[in-house]
Amino acid sequence: MAIFLTKESKVIVQGMTGATGMKHTKLMLGDGTNIVGGVNPRKAGTSVDFDGTSVPVFGTVAEAMKETGADVSVLFVPPAFAKAAVVEAIDAEIPLAVVITEGIAVHDSAAFYAYAVEKGGKTRIIGPNCPGLITPGQSNAGIIPGDITKPGKIGLVSKSGTLTYQMMYELRDIGFSSAVGIGGDPVIGTTHIDCLAAFEADPETELIVMIGEIGGDAEERAADFIKANVTKPVVGYVAGFTAPEGKTMGHAGAIVSGSSGTAQAKKEALEAAGVKVGKTPTETAKLARAILAG
Amino acid sequence: MDLFEYQARDLFAKHGVPVLAGEVIDTPEAAREATERLGGRSVVKAQVKVGGRGKAGGVKLAATPDEAVARATDILGMDIKGHTVHKVMIAETAPEIAEEYYVSYLLDRTNRTFLAMASVEGGMDIEEVAATKPEALAKIPVDANEGVTEAKAREIVEAAKFPDAVKDQVAEILVTLWKTFVAEDALLVEVNPLAKVADGRVIALDGKVSLDANADFRQPEHEALEDKAAANPLEAAAKAKNLNYVKLDGEVGIIGNGAGLVMSTLDVVAYAGEAHGGVKPANFLDIGGGASAQVMANGLEIILGDPDVKSVFVNVFGGITACDEVANGIVQALQLLADKGEDVTKPLVVRLDGNNAELGRKILSDANHPLVQRVDTMDGAADKAAELAAAK
Repeated sequence: MAIFLTKESKVIVQGMTGATGMKHTKLMLGDGTNIVGGVNPRKAGTSVDFDGTSVPVFGTVAEAMKETGADVSVLFVPPAFAKAAVVEAIDAEIPLAVVITEGIAVHDSAAFYAYAVEKGGKTRIIGPNCPGLITPGQSNAGIIPGDITKPGKIGLVSKSGTLTYQMMYELRDIGFSSAVGIGGDPVIGTTHIDCLAAFEADPETELIVMIGEIGGDAEERAADFIKANVTKPVVGYVAGFTAPEGKTMGHAGAIVSGSSGTAQAKKEALEAAGVKVGKTPTETAKLARAILAG
Repeated sequence: MDLFEYQARDLFAKHGVPVLAGEVIDTPEAAREATERLGGRSVVKAQVKVGGRGKAGGVKLAATPDEAVARATDILGMDIKGHTVHKVMIAETAPEIAEEYYVSYLLDRTNRTFLAMASVEGGMDIEEVAATKPEALAKIPVDANEGVTEAKAREIVEAAKFPDAVKDQVAEILVTLWKTFVAEDALLVEVNPLAKVADGRVIALDGKVSLDANADFRQPEHEALEDKAAANPLEAAAKAKNLNYVKLDGEVGIIGNGAGLVMSTLDVVAYAGEAHGGVKPANFLDIGGGASAQVMANGLEIILGDPDVKSVFVNVFGGITACDEVANGIVQALQLLADKGEDVTKPLVVRLDGNNAELGRKILSDANHPLVQRVDTMDGAADKAAELAAAK
C-alpha cells in the first residue's frame, strides 16, 4: 500500500515536451513510473522516445485519459499557462493532478483550487511549487530523486522539496511507504491534514514524519487534526526559526506576518498535540528511529 | 511587495476608487508648489511602510504653502519605528470627516480563498478592532472565480451594517476595489479610513496594497513600484543576478539548495552559534536545484562581499543534481573569483550529502583548497562554521 500513488497508477505528463518535462519524464520512467502519455495540443499524434520507451503525445488531457485510462497527471507547465492546464485537468476529472510548477500567481492558484472544489472535488491537486510524490519501488510522480531510499514503513509529508530529500536520506535504511511534497505556496491543493489522514488509513505506514515551515497556520491545524484523529506516532520538524518578520524566505508562502506564522508557534502547537519535534533534521530522524525501535 | 500610500493611491485612482488629489515629493521646497497646486492648503504625510505614523507626528496639516515647507522639513528624515522618511505625500485636505469605515480584500490562506473584510469602525488599527470588537468586523469569503459582483458587494455592505446613506456608494467602491485587487494581482488591498466627508461623498483617505511577486511576468508596470533606494545593496546585487537572497544580521554566510533546506540551515547555524559566542546566520541564499558553477560563483561573490560575514557554510543536498557537479562548481567558483582578482580570505565549510556525495567529497579533498573544509554532516558543519566565525 501507499498513499495517492501506486504501481497501478497510469501517469500522463502535461508539458512533457518542454526541457524540464523531458528530463523528468525520463527520470520518472527510470523509477518505474507507468507513464502512458504526454499532453501538448501542438504535438498531438506524435510520440517521444525515452531510451526505447515510446510515449504517445495527446492533444488534451481528456483524450489522453480516454485512450490510456490515465489517472494521474504531472504538470511541468510554465507559470503563465499553468492555470489553464490545471483547469483542463479538472475538467477532464483526472483523479490526481501534481503541479510541479514554481512561480504561479496566487490569483491563479486560488482560482484553480476554487474551480476544483466547485466541480465536486473529483481532482486532487498536489502543489503547486512542489516536488511531487513518490511511492518508492512503485511509482514516482514529480522530481523527487528515486534512488534515495527504498519501500518501508515511514510516511512523509513536507512543504519543502530538499528537506524531503534530506529526511528520506537520513532514514533511508528504514524506507518509506510514500513521501509527498505538498509545496511552499500560500494556496496549495493538498495539505498536511490530507496526507496525515491518508497515512493514518494506510496499513503499511507505521510512523509519519511531518515537515513544516514558517507562514500560514497549516501546521497548527494539522496539530489539531493529529490530536483528534491520528493514532500512529508523528514526528515533526519546522524550518524557519531564525526568519525575520515580513521577509519571504524562498517559498512564496514562507513568510512571518506580524506575530502569525512563526516556527515557534507551530512547534508548540505540534508538541501540544503529542508530536515529537526535532531541533534539526538529523535530530528529527533520530526521534523517528527511536520510536520505531520501540 | 508592500507599496507606499502614494503608490496605493495611484493604483486606486487608476481603477476608479475615489481618492483625494496628491503628489509625492522628496525635498521640503517642493512642498510649496505642490500645496499651491492644491489651492494653498495641504496635508503633509510621511511615506513609510509601517503603521502608526500619525501618532509619531508623521501627518501634519499645512494652512499655507510656507507651512507645508516647514512641515515637510520636519517630517523628511524623521525616524518612524526604524523607518526613515525619504518621501512625503502632499495631499488635498479632506473636507470635514463625518464617519470613518474600513474595507479590504486579502488572501485567506487558511481557507484557500479570498476574503472581504469591512467595518463601520474604521480609522484605527483593524487588528485592534478584530481583537476587541470582533462583531464590528464583517468577514465575507469571496470566490476567486465569481469575484465581487454588485450582489456580493451588497452582501458585504449589509454584513458590515453600513448606514443607508452610504450603502450605494460603498457597494460601488467595493466592486471597483475588487477590480483593483484582481487587475493588479494584489495579495492585499486595504482602505483605512474609507471616509464619509461633510458633503456626503465616500473617499479612500489612506490605503495599503501588497502585490504578488509571482505575477511580475504579467505586471510589467510593477517593477517601477519597487523601492530600490531602500533595498539592501547586497539584496539588490543578488536580485540582479536572479539569486534568492535575504540579508540577515549575523556572521555566518549561508549558501544552500532549496528554500526549506536553507531555512533549516539558518536555524541549525543559530543553534550551533549558541555555543560559539552567539554567532548567527548572515543571510538566506537559495541557489536552487540545478545550480551551475557560475551560479555558485555568483552566490559566493555576494556572500564574500558582505563585510559582516566571517565564515561561509555551503550546505548542499544532491537530489537530481549530483554532488560531484556541485563540488566542481565550488572549486570552479573559487577559481572564477580568483581570476577576477577577488581576495578570497574567508573560510568555507562545505557539507555535501545525497546523490554522488562520495565523489563530490573526493573532488573537494583533491582540490585541497586552503580555505575549504569538508564536514560531512549538517549539524557538524554548522558547528564548524559557527566556530570559525567566532574565532575571527
